[in-house]
Amino acid sequence: MKCLRACPTQAVRVRNGKATLLRDRCIDCGECVRTCPNKAFIPRTSSFSDFTGFKYTIALPSPVFYSQFGKDVAPATILNALKLVGFDDAFDVTCASEAVSIAIEEYLSTYDTPRPLISPFCPAIVRLVQIMYPSLLDNLIPIESPMEIAAREAKRLKMQELGLREDEIGAIYLAPCPAKMIALKNPPRKKHSFLDGVIPISQIYPNVLRVLGAAEAAEPRPDVRGLGLGWPILGGQVACLKAEERIAIAGLTDVMRVFHEIENGKLKDIHYIECHSCPTACVGGTLTVENPYIARGRVLRMVERYGAEPCQDRQKIKELVRKNYFALVGTIAPSPAPPLDEDIARAIRKMHRRNQMYETLPKIDCGACGAPTCMAFAADVVKGDADADQCVFLVMKTFEGMTKNLMDAVGKHKKRLQGTSPRGDHDA
Amino acid sequence: MSRKIAQVFAVRGKDFLGGGRVSTEIKTMLRELGIAPEIVRRVAIATYEAEMNIVMYAEEATITVELTPQAVRVVAEDRGPGIPDIGLAMQEGFSTATPEMREMGFGAGMGLPNIKRNTDRLSITSTAGRGTRVEFALDIH
Repeated sequence: MKCLRACPTQAVRVRNGKATLLRDRCIDCGECVRTCPNKAFIPRTSSFSDFTGFKYTIALPSPVFYSQFGKDVAPATILNALKLVGFDDAFDVTCASEAVSIAIEEYLSTYDTPRPLISPFCPAIVRLVQIMYPSLLDNLIPIESPMEIAAREAKRLKMQELGLREDEIGAIYLAPCPAKMIALKNPPRKKHSFLDGVIPISQIYPNVLRVLGAAEAAEPRPDVRGLGLGWPILGGQVACLKAEERIAIAGLTDVMRVFHEIENGKLKDIHYIECHSCPTACVGGTLTVENPYIARGRVLRMVERYGAEPCQDRQKIKELVRKNYFALVGTIAPSPAPPLDEDIARAIRKMHRRNQMYETLPKIDCGACGAPTCMAFAADVVKGDADADQCVFLVMKTFEGMTKNLMDAVGKHKKRLQGTSPRGDHDA
Repeated sequence: MSRKIAQVFAVRGKDFLGGGRVSTEIKTMLRELGIAPEIVRRVAIATYEAEMNIVMYAEEATITVELTPQAVRVVAEDRGPGIPDIGLAMQEGFSTATPEMREMGFGAGMGLPNIKRNTDRLSITSTAGRGTRVEFALDIH
């Protein structure tokens, strides 16, 4: 039942003792996964064996992955370890993050589109906008994600180096959260992705941990460097941007509050908002292993150690920006949560009925009916998705009424008996 | 049953903490009724401006939203100082906001013009010393 309250978009319903998700309201944020004490929500994941069809496989670990191991394990060592657990190669994504940061700066200084612009790199945020704030779709900055850019680059390099076709190379992302996994399986827009699969960080973690020693001893690779290393923590993205008014927000409660303000026409003087659905940003993804605060500390340490020197040539990236190398492919369409009815006149009638129904409910949002709030329950009943007798309070009231009627009837009967026979005798 | 639905909200003056609540609730209501996002956004902006005017200047007010399949109508009626010269108040940049209000990001003199820009019909009546009534409407189709 904890998931009912945890869901920020009221997408969970408990029916016949089982929690289900209303897909048209779910934004894949993973809050239900995080709160369920029984681990009832299990994100569908892939494993190694799903990728045997490729001639060559490349692992692309989310930058979060670097923060999951001991305090001084270098990112380069972790990439080496991924080769030891079965991938043909591993490719760093943080360098693409740095490139994307430059692309964002270029976009901000070139286009005069509605402000504030919102980062689209957390897929749960993109779905939140599609479902709950469709009027803000134009505020999502139309730039591809670092994981997509990195996969494209990794494949291009390997095709050149090994003479392989693109479809012979499998690019596999190691994801910190279900949102990233689902975004790749059911993208919010129809397009070709350079990523072929996703494995959760929690699943590959033990294998990598086992070979870290061997990875350290293996042939060293150049250090991973640049500010892109900071992307998985709150403020990591905006730290890469120069000047411009910019803020970073994490956690859906706060994100939704700010989105309401933007819809009200506020925050126009802010140019860029980095948004994360997880309260501790990507290091707090539900498919990670390490405590998010420890992980955050490690990211800060890595930025200190390797961040000073950039990994990208700014001029080269600017040229690529002009060639639309970073432009988002396709458009993100609105998919608003279903209204009470498609027809406005009917929707109005249903809202009247819902409000009447709501007045009969206890208004304590107990969740026993399987809906997150009394209001949501009333709407479900009106839409025909739930029965009024699922509310224990309504059932109790009915019983109370029935019992009262019964007791009244018994009382009347008694009175009649008392009133007739004894007194009658007396009178006679 | 009725082809119209209405809801009344109370707003208190100086309630900066609760300011914006009504526009959020109206937004939720319109979304549940399946009103197009662009209309919802315009109603939200106009309602928010009306609401913040009440918070900043008036004692208390009611905001009524009324929806038919053809239009959304919002009436904000307050008890407060009133607007002595509505024509002047409609000019962009004209503001009587105090430095404190400006500090909070309000008082750019865009409130009423912003309501006008985002709605199809607007009428304002006011009696100095008594209060102000702002009514606006947006066509749905």
